[in-house]
Amino acid sequence: MEQIRRVLSVIVLNEDGVLSRISGLFAGRGYNIDSLTVAPIPKTNLSRLTIVTSGNTAVLEQIVKQLHKLIPTYKVIESGTFVEKELALVKIPLNEDFNGLDAMLKAYNGTIASSNEDFIVVMVADDYERIDNFLKAIKKYNPIDMVRSGSVAMDI
Amino acid sequence: MELSGSQMVIEALRKENVSVVFGYPGGAIMNVYDEVYKQNYFRHILTRHEQAAIHAADGYARASGEVGVAFVTSGPGFTNAVTGLATAYMDSIPMVVISGQVPISMIGTDAFQEIDAVGISRPCVKHNYLVKDVKDLPRILKEAFYIARSGRPGPVHVDIPKDVSAHMGEFDYPDEIKMQTYRPTYKGNPRQIKKAIEAIANAKRPVLYIGGGAINSNASAEVREFARIAGIPAVETLMARGIMGDENPLLLGMLGMHGCYSANMAMSEADLMIAFGPRFDDRVTGKLSEFAKHAKIIHVDIDPSSIGKIVPIDYPIVGDLKNVVDAMIPLAKEHIDENKYKPWRDLLNRYDEIHPLKYEDSNEILKPQWAIERVGQLLGDKAIICTDVGQHQMWAAQFYPFSYPRQWVTSGGLGTMGFGLPAAMGAQVAMPSKTIINFTGDGSILMNIQELMTAVESKIPVINIILNNQFLGMVRQWQTFFYDKRYSSTDLTVQPDFVKLVESFGGRGFRVHTKEEFDIALEEALKSNTVCMIDVHVDRFENVLPMVPSGGTLYNMMLEYKE
Repeated sequence: MEQIRRVLSVIVLNEDGVLSRISGLFAGRGYNIDSLTVAPIPKTNLSRLTIVTSGNTAVLEQIVKQLHKLIPTYKVIESGTFVEKELALVKIPLNEDFNGLDAMLKAYNGTIASSNEDFIVVMVADDYERIDNFLKAIKKYNPIDMVRSGSVAMDI
Repeated sequence: MELSGSQMVIEALRKENVSVVFGYPGGAIMNVYDEVYKQNYFRHILTRHEQAAIHAADGYARASGEVGVAFVTSGPGFTNAVTGLATAYMDSIPMVVISGQVPISMIGTDAFQEIDAVGISRPCVKHNYLVKDVKDLPRILKEAFYIARSGRPGPVHVDIPKDVSAHMGEFDYPDEIKMQTYRPTYKGNPRQIKKAIEAIANAKRPVLYIGGGAINSNASAEVREFARIAGIPAVETLMARGIMGDENPLLLGMLGMHGCYSANMAMSEADLMIAFGPRFDDRVTGKLSEFAKHAKIIHVDIDPSSIGKIVPIDYPIVGDLKNVVDAMIPLAKEHIDENKYKPWRDLLNRYDEIHPLKYEDSNEILKPQWAIERVGQLLGDKAIICTDVGQHQMWAAQFYPFSYPRQWVTSGGLGTMGFGLPAAMGAQVAMPSKTIINFTGDGSILMNIQELMTAVESKIPVINIILNNQFLGMVRQWQTFFYDKRYSSTDLTVQPDFVKLVESFGGRGFRVHTKEEFDIALEEALKSNTVCMIDVHVDRFENVLPMVPSGGTLYNMMLEYKE
């Protein structure tokens, strides 16, 4: 059956071990985690996890139900429209020719996040597919390291 | 009121009306055991192994419907308990298991008898807690009991570090609890129920497929009433034995791998399946693509994740079965004509006449099925039947005449050998006026044999009937059928003298080779009022039949085995 990419926004009690319950559920039942981000929701006792997963429709339905079944799960937001963004950091040696880099950063909502005598670190925040493209395009500057954050999403 | 963590445990158990705790002490749980010594609210039964403490609490819960409670210590005490937790989790049995843990300051240091207990128990419990502050303990204990018994029941594990059980704190134990993130659905959606009734009224060949959820929901009376009004034939899973009562003309019997022919044919030929709290286990469905191919499916379950997990469901109803069936009964009276299904019932009854459950009795050698039937004739509804796992378990499910729910205590989902004796002890403590029979095998019984000591010490007069074929019989059967009789590691001819063994613990033992000896032994055992072991030497090569081989189809059962 066809594999579908799905973004899940999961609201859980912000308590000890809750992340292990979620990651253990995915591991134990053989579900995929393509990316996972987690942070507390301000002024509440809750945390939000954004999980990007994939599977066929039956598997995705089970993932949502199994997440609901966990005692500390408050809410699983699976449908509707999400604004989904991801952040990437790329380290490039200073001896590269930076011709065109500025234009590329502009095109991907990017900026230079840090620099020293040996390299610069550029940062972009964009849709996950555009991050894919950016990371392909940036290769021509021979980056020495790349880090992706995984998606964060907000339902609208 | 200021109490120590340990005193809080005792007081919480008192508030929850716990009357018995099974357990085994050790370093990290000693503070709690000191309070056990001082209290007189509940009975504590010392088992001889932590696994048995959990199984005993489990057997207690299955027989009584109450939450079973057990105490174990940290490290090996806890790891020994894991099989018990997993057994209860797979069969949705309400339990609260409290383990000791090393002091908080030592957690993570690989201290003596330290293990990440909540890390280990997470996938085999409904929920678990590591208590980091004594002020959280009353709330956690309240939640633990609430979670264990509500919704789809299950075991809850509470891990209490040794310093937390010594710390003092306010004991404020709420009577009621509402949790922000856990709210099970009890009432079925009325529109879904109405649609389900319409589907039943329109069906020609409906079948009730009843699972363990019917036991947990205490829905036996409602399910029987619904079946009677609607005139719908029923099949039971291993976990649901006793729901309909074997005298009930609508009950075809158990379905699945060792189910009876008519039950499996009913599933295969039905045009509508009404699933009351089962979970479509692979031992029930056989090959999924052929399972109940012609049937639309109504599935009532309190656990939404159970619905649609294995097969797509046409009419899902999330709710407590008792509640939902109660709502279905008046609608059934109004809309369903039981006469309509008479040809279907007649057909299924003919199937049962053509291929009934059977075995070939012998005067030369005892047949295991005979022993079970004989106990059924002699004790019937006076006995609660517990089992271990293997051939004897299937024969007991097939041949014992069950007449009410909770008369049957068996490890279905996990299939835990060694469950029988400790679970039977728990059932006996829960139901002191009943005779408790543990049908077991010569393999299984040795997996928790040390519990004979508990039974003697705590005066728990369980009668163990070993159907002794000097084999790991079920594995041997598969080797006969599917592995060209290569009996790899299943021959148990080297075995203890079970009569001397039980007598060395202080119980009574009987060795039986004939029907006459069997009757005498059972009579003596019933009179003895102590733990007994009846070592019944049965036909070594008897097979459990009929059988749907793993991955086979329900409508194509192996009815007999030919060399």
